[in-house]
Order: sequence, then C-alpha cells, then structure tokens
Amino acid sequence: MPGTQTMIPRATPLTPRKKAILIGAAGGIGAQVARRLAQEGYVLGLLDRSENVLKTLCDEINQTYGETRAVFYLHDVTAYDRVPDLFRKIVADLGGLNLFVYVAGAIYFPSIDEFNFAEDYKMVEVNLLGAMAWMSEVAPVFQSMRGGQIVGVSSVAGDRGRIGNPGYNASKAGFTCYLESLRNRLTRHGVNVITIKPGQVKTNVFNLPNAPKPVLAVTPEQAADGIWNAIEKRKQVAYISGLWRWVMLAITHTPSLIFRRLNF
Amino acid sequence: MKKTITTLENFGHSLCALSYCFRPETPVEICETFRFARENDLTVTLRGAGRSYNDAALNGGGIVLDLTGLNRILEWDPGSGVVRCEAGVTLDQLWHKVLPDGWWPPVVSGTMHTTLGGCLGANIHGKNNFRMGTIGEHVTEFTALLPTGEELTCSPETNPDLFYSIISGLGLLGVITTVSLKMKKIESGLLEVHAWPTRTLEEQLRSLEEGAPNYDYIVGWLDTIAIGHGQIHAANYVHDDPAPHKTMQLDYQSLPDRMFGVMPKSMLHYLMTPFMNNIGARGINTAKYVASLRKHVFRQSHAAFHFLLDYVPLWELSYGRTGLIQYQSFLPKETALQAWTEMLATAKERGLPSYLGVTKRHRPDKFLLSHALDGFSLALDFKVTDRNRARLSEMLQEFDQLVLDAGGRFYFAKNSETSSETTRAFLGEETVEKFMKLKQRVDPDGLLESDLYRRIFG
Repeated sequence: MPGTQTMIPRATPLTPRKKAILIGAAGGIGAQVARRLAQEGYVLGLLDRSENVLKTLCDEINQTYGETRAVFYLHDVTAYDRVPDLFRKIVADLGGLNLFVYVAGAIYFPSIDEFNFAEDYKMVEVNLLGAMAWMSEVAPVFQSMRGGQIVGVSSVAGDRGRIGNPGYNASKAGFTCYLESLRNRLTRHGVNVITIKPGQVKTNVFNLPNAPKPVLAVTPEQAADGIWNAIEKRKQVAYISGLWRWVMLAITHTPSLIFRRLNF
Repeated sequence: MKKTITTLENFGHSLCALSYCFRPETPVEICETFRFARENDLTVTLRGAGRSYNDAALNGGGIVLDLTGLNRILEWDPGSGVVRCEAGVTLDQLWHKVLPDGWWPPVVSGTMHTTLGGCLGANIHGKNNFRMGTIGEHVTEFTALLPTGEELTCSPETNPDLFYSIISGLGLLGVITTVSLKMKKIESGLLEVHAWPTRTLEEQLRSLEEGAPNYDYIVGWLDTIAIGHGQIHAANYVHDDPAPHKTMQLDYQSLPDRMFGVMPKSMLHYLMTPFMNNIGARGINTAKYVASLRKHVFRQSHAAFHFLLDYVPLWELSYGRTGLIQYQSFLPKETALQAWTEMLATAKERGLPSYLGVTKRHRPDKFLLSHALDGFSLALDFKVTDRNRARLSEMLQEFDQLVLDAGGRFYFAKNSETSSETTRAFLGEETVEKFMKLKQRVDPDGLLESDLYRRIFG
C-alpha cells in the first residue's frame, strides 16, 4: 500500500497536524476538497477507485508542500466488508483522525419514462450504503474521543422527490436523513456532523447521457471553498451557494398538488 | 482487559493522539495485546502514568498499552531495603510503603505520580544525580517481557546488554514487568535545606558545582526573564532528628490539599492562569527572587522537597488550552555558561521567554540512551500558543544546534522537538546502530513503536 507510517509527518506540540480521510477523492469535487484541505495543513488519506487519478493528485499535493501530506488507498465503497480493516489501517498510517469527508457519489440520468433498478441499486449502494458502512466505523471512534467532524456531501436532490430521477433523489434523501440522525446522536458527544447540499457543480456528470443543462452551477473550486467554510465554522447543514438555499426553500414548500404537475 | 478508543495527551497538554488504549492487568494480557497488534498490523506504545512532557507515551492511530494496572508491591524487605514490585507501581505508592521503615527511594522525579516502568524507560534523575546517578543504577534486577513472548531476567550481571539498554530504552525494547530496587536508608523524615540567592547565571553554575560535594541534593531555580537571578536549594539528610519516628510517619509527609485551610489546592491552577504570560511571569519571578534574597536554612519533609510539581495539583493546566513544552539541555561544565547565556539572550530577544528555569548538576552513566554527562542541565518551560508555535519551533532548532556545538545532550522524557538528525548527532552513529541491532533482536516484527520513536529514529 502506498501509505506507511514513517512517510507521513507526525504531530509535535509545535507542529500540530490535523488528519482527514476523504472518500471519493478522484472526482471533480473530491479532488478539489483534497487540495483545499492540504492547503489548510491537513494530512490526508485519499480513497477512490482510480489509481492513476489518485496518484497524480497525491503527487501534485505532496510536491506543492514539499512533504508527504497525502497518501492514497484504492477502494470501492461497495466493498463494505473491507471497510473496518482499511479504516484501522488508514488511522494507523495517518496517526489519528480529526475529519471524515464522504464525497463519493454515483448518478445516472434516466429518461423521463425509464425505470432502471440496476442503476438505482448502484446509486443507493454508493450514495447511501457505502457512507453508512464508513460512518459506522468513524462515528464510534469520534464518539469515544469526544471530537472530530463528519462531513457528508449529499445533495439538494435529497430535499424533495422530483420527476426526473427517483433513484438518485431517494439515495440522497436517505443519506441526508442518515446524517441528521448521526448528528442528533453525536452532537452530545462533541462531534459535529455536516450535511453539504451542493446544487449543480460543473463536473463531468453533465457529459452523461440525458444530463440536464447546468443551472446556477458552481465550479468545483467554489464547492470546495463552501465545504471548507462549513468545516471551519462547524456548520450543520450547508448549501454551497446562498441562492440554492432560497431555491430549495421554495421547492420544499411547494404543495404536492402543484409539485406533481411540474416537469421539474 | 479494558480496551477503549481514546485521545491521550502528554503531561504538558500540548499534544494529543487518538489511540486504542489497552489496560492489561497480567503479563498474559500483555502477550495477548502483542498478538492482536501483530494480526492487525498495528504498533504498540508503552505508557505508565503519562508524565512525559513529549510524545514518549503517545502512538497516534496505534495501540497504547496502559501499564498502570500492574501495580502491586510484591515484596518489601525492611532489613535489606530491597523492594520488588510490578512496573506500574508509582513512586507515590513506593515511598508510602518504605518510609515508615526508614527508607526512601534513592532517585525520584519532580512528581510522585510517575510509574517505575516509566522511570526506568526514561532512566530518570533527581536533584541528586551528581551523587546517586540515575534510577537505573539502583535497580538490582528486573524482568522484561519481549514482544516475542519471551520473558527475561536482567541485572548488571545477567543479560547486561539488555539491562543497560531496556533501562533508558523508552519502552522500545520490551515491557518491564517487575523491578527490584534498592532503597536509601534515612534517619529522619526531614531534610535540612539551605537556600541562598544567586545574582548571575555564572554564580548559579558555580554554586551548583561548588555546592554539590557538600550536599546530598542540589537544585537551582533560574529567573530566565531577568537572566541570572536565581536561587539555590541544597539539602542534606538529617542525622540528628530528635523524633525520627514522628517525621517518618506518612501523615507528617503528606502535602496539604488545601490552602489557608479552606481552598482546595486543585483549584489553585485557576489562580495561576492569569500570570502565565510574559508580563505575569516576570512579576512572579521578580517576587520569587526578592523573597529568596534572604539566605536561610530550614527543615522540610522529603515529600515537600522532592515533589515540587505536586505542590500545586494540575499546575500544568495553568498554561491554558495549548499547554506547555519543556526544553532540557545537558551541557559539559566547560561550555555550559556560554551556551546558556546565548540561549537565554536569544529567548529574551525574540520575546519567547521561558517562565520557569531549573538547573541541576549531573554525572555520566553507563546506560545506552543516556542523557547525563559531567556537567549541568537547564530545563526551560515554554508556554505554547497558536501564535508562537512557528517561532518557538524555529528557536528550539537553533538551541539544538547550539547544544550540539557545545557537546551537549538531550533527555527523551522532555524535549518534544528534537529531530532524528540531532538525536543521531548527540548519541553517535555507533550507539544508534547498537540500539537498532538490539531492537531487531528482541522485537523482530517492530511492534514497539511510539510517536517519539518515529521522531527520533525515523
């Protein structure tokens, strides 16, 4: 495995080190969050499926700061049974953990009258079950150390079931609800749980078939800044742009009588 | 065996690390921990009372073996003064056991809450280092459990290479399970303390050097803000105590737990907090110096003289959220004055003064990772804040170089920033090689590691 304990700089009283695990680091938002956390001085364990992308990203970060600030681990979030061992290994390699960020996500855009269980299943696995598998390991550790932050990148899509993508909406709604439960459990133990609800982010998902045109889309850099801001201020729920908060406020309050007749 | 996931800190509360904390109560459970570590590819750090100022008992992400559960005094022979106990026994337990019979531990640290295992791992010294050496010199025998599962008895005659390296070995070679230690016979529960002021650093070092042959203990307090002002406390065993049985009673020794009879001392650190800044510390130091100007002699109990750090419980919390670090350097007699004068001037000039300076007189010893030499030591406490970290770090690197150039040494229970290059430079390549070879022999899988190990040997 790429990460070894001796490679990663350890904390001393005069050089404290915060440590983070980032799942889904090869994606558009994930990579940018990794760069941002490295810039803030975090030591990172980056996970994803693509070795090439992760390696390039780690090299870039480590060269920028002239020390091993990021190591990577190949992992498919649907390999649930590998999570406990891998988690223990990464915590040992990093020398602890202060922050856990789950950015991994899957999306498929069905056409308006298409029902595709195989794709829905995949989305629930990546967007919800993978996160549950990881957070089930992270949460008890943070609970007993009475600190740490858990960040889940959910979506505005989880706020309301819309016409276009029932599977995706359901997976994100599940994730949002899971994070809220986790927050209610862990706040009393000093752990902060953040639900990030980005609107549309200009990543390559918009190149997929049936993808909608981006509306009010932000760049991955802006998304990463928003996520860092939420971490720094220990927020609980954060929309990436303020505008989305108002848009979603309107959408969540639209009566079903109207909402079910919209093509939105 | 109790197992928890928890965040552990150093004594100065300036560093914390998330670890799997295992608290064994028998040697069998220690072996179980080693097996668990091997199966899960984790490292193990030994921890006693957690009184190291640095990362010696921390292991971020790994297992910390809390050995305070092995704390039974197994045999005590008031005739010969040899005590055999488990390594989790604290100095506190030890002196309570031996004092009523007229004995005292030969070497003690500034706090009584350290465990014997920890004391041996760091090979601690006291205010009598120049006379009695380190604690390791009074160990007649110990048993160690190696990560291989082998149990060994070590003494200066049996397995001498491991005897002289496990003591001072920072818990990196094996787990000390039982220790036999020879106590020092005393005739009174009191010490006769001579206190006199010193006006300059030179005078202080001269006092230490000239005073040492005449006293059983000697220690200097140094005002490092008004450089050189200080006070010497030198003490002798009392041989003419009219009522030794009274003074050797435990009640007579106990440190009071209340101030003015009412205020719990455990709250005292809150009152100290407002003074733990450059201006406050200057005021306190000046007041302390003025109070010490009178040369005087008084009698004090052993506990009160030795365990100054316990006099204000939780004093380390007075440094605030980000805690403190201690920097202790050992310098030969010839170079000490010049190097420390430069060091203290630098600290003052940069606005990073130490709030407490303590000087002692030392002699060399035979232990492998020894810190002692024929000369003096100066321990400096620095407050850590979010703003001074980078500057403090830079300054301590310069100090390290200064100490190396002056032929000095460092102590692994104190300094938290000493790098692997500095460590190699002061120990010498040969010593490091020898240590590594021994480690390879007794811990072939490299199970015993700590944050300190990775820092100084990484």
